[in-house]
Amino acid sequence: MTLEIRLAHHFPDFRLEVDLTAPPGLTCLFGRSGSGKTTIINAVAGLLRPDQATILLDGQPLHHLPPHRRGVGYVFQDARLFPHLTVHGNLTYAARIRRRAPRDLDRIVALLGLAPLLDRRPGALSGGERQRVAIGRALLSEPRLILMDEPLAALDEARKAEILPHIEALRDELRLPILYVSHALPEVARLATTIAVIEAGRMVAQGPAAQLLSDPATAALLGLADAGAILSARIAAQEADGLTRVETGAGPLWLPRLSGAPGQPVRLRIAAQDVMLALDRPLGLSALNILPVRVLSLHPADAAGALVQLDLGGQSLLARVTHRSVQALGLVPGQGAFAIVKSVAMARDGVEGGPQSPQG
Amino acid sequence: MIPSLPPEAWQALTLSLKVSLWATLASLPLGLLTAHALARWRFPGHGLLNGLVHLPLILPPVVTGYLLLLAFGRQGWIGAPLWDWFGVTFAFRWTGAALAAAVMSFPLMVRAIRLAIEAVDPRLEQAAATLGAPAPVVWLTVTLPLILPGIIAGAILAFAKAMGEFGATITFVANIPGQTQTLPTAIYSFLQIPDGESAAWGLALVSVAVAFLALALSEGLSRRVAARIAGR
Repeated sequence: MTLEIRLAHHFPDFRLEVDLTAPPGLTCLFGRSGSGKTTIINAVAGLLRPDQATILLDGQPLHHLPPHRRGVGYVFQDARLFPHLTVHGNLTYAARIRRRAPRDLDRIVALLGLAPLLDRRPGALSGGERQRVAIGRALLSEPRLILMDEPLAALDEARKAEILPHIEALRDELRLPILYVSHALPEVARLATTIAVIEAGRMVAQGPAAQLLSDPATAALLGLADAGAILSARIAAQEADGLTRVETGAGPLWLPRLSGAPGQPVRLRIAAQDVMLALDRPLGLSALNILPVRVLSLHPADAAGALVQLDLGGQSLLARVTHRSVQALGLVPGQGAFAIVKSVAMARDGVEGGPQSPQG
Repeated sequence: MIPSLPPEAWQALTLSLKVSLWATLASLPLGLLTAHALARWRFPGHGLLNGLVHLPLILPPVVTGYLLLLAFGRQGWIGAPLWDWFGVTFAFRWTGAALAAAVMSFPLMVRAIRLAIEAVDPRLEQAAATLGAPAPVVWLTVTLPLILPGIIAGAILAFAKAMGEFGATITFVANIPGQTQTLPTAIYSFLQIPDGESAAWGLALVSVAVAFLALALSEGLSRRVAARIAGR
């Protein structure tokens, strides 16, 4: 299922005009607050009627329907559970108003770990629990697509870690397009299969997440401090000294122990500012993770520095270096070099989204 | 201790209960609609409607009663067609007392319900719509349960006000024992006759008891409903 969105809407102080396509998987609308992201998904849900809207789900128009006939599962930032109903009542609300038995209730309760909460009321739930119930309620409305408006923004790190795996599971198990609004890049890097960057009511970039995150031209749009590449890799072995060896295709990386059998795929995120470059393989260095790379291109990023796009066995890696270093090393496209990776963030359950730094 | 009451006193009490109950129940649907309109809709005449609803609170009750008499009396511009076409009249009937009580208590009822509606987060209603509920279903399954404490409070407030209504009632439907003599007008009548004081005192005690009962009922119900809704 593919969702196509073409919108134009005049606000008193700015104009929203976007044209984007969300393939199956999780499409992240990324941008600063006030850039119009929430407006876009509210328009998809029918909660806002834009001046012009064409919204097609697999070619079927949605834009002329009232919200209750659009079949969207909307997970709001503030959960919006019905306070007068129990968790069970909230989960089965959509089925009850359709006068039929809820489909998949047991499966979704199990998927989201809601069984112990069913008899409680929203007032007695923690923020993370509330958000899980909200996700379950949206799924149980038998939606044709899912909308999520910063569902993690109001939660602390521990609660985020509690929800993230559930959203990943939805992304991987449902064959529905998920439209996910966020302005937090680590979250986006971990979840998104497609990214659309929204700036002041316009879409300034769109593409597959791995490609967009590794492209120095779009990195500046995503925020220089957060620029970084996504690598696909496989767990190679669990080492005796507590490290896990991961194979990237261009050499091994060692990470603090992560659970998983050899052969299991993992998604790694390596921030551009955590990658150093050397012309020769450095010796006597505490860093474990040194990979041979080839310089693909150089992009001036700001006054002091540049982003260097590197080829790592067919995958893309980004390094943030100063102009002075570019001069000193004489970096040019096509040149071979070594990337010293100071820290790697995992994008997979079992390990939290934070950076991991095995430094010998 | 309650002194023994003459039959007119009991008659006045049961009539008052009947009048107040009907006044409250009959005005509740219109009260809900008006409260909803004032809380949620923006339309030309919004301020006028608001003023009109509150008018009986501000006007001297006797004036309200007189206006009711002019409108609903047998020669009134509403009363005449009602009488000519349907043979229905409010003047000097218990139904007229109920009408007067309803008009006088309407602002209190609307106010309580309006506050409850304004306290409902419209975003919850949006959430219900995204889950597939059309507007009337949203209202029944989300809005109504959430404003129920306000409706109960408004209804009981209106009932209590109706029990005590004097000025508009006596002006509109007079003070006919067994027909339009309500609790307050009966107390007034007993005070006008020699030896009527003990009956007046007895009715006063009954009034206090009814008021307390209504208050306790309202508190208890609202608390239970509010606790249910707050999700505890």
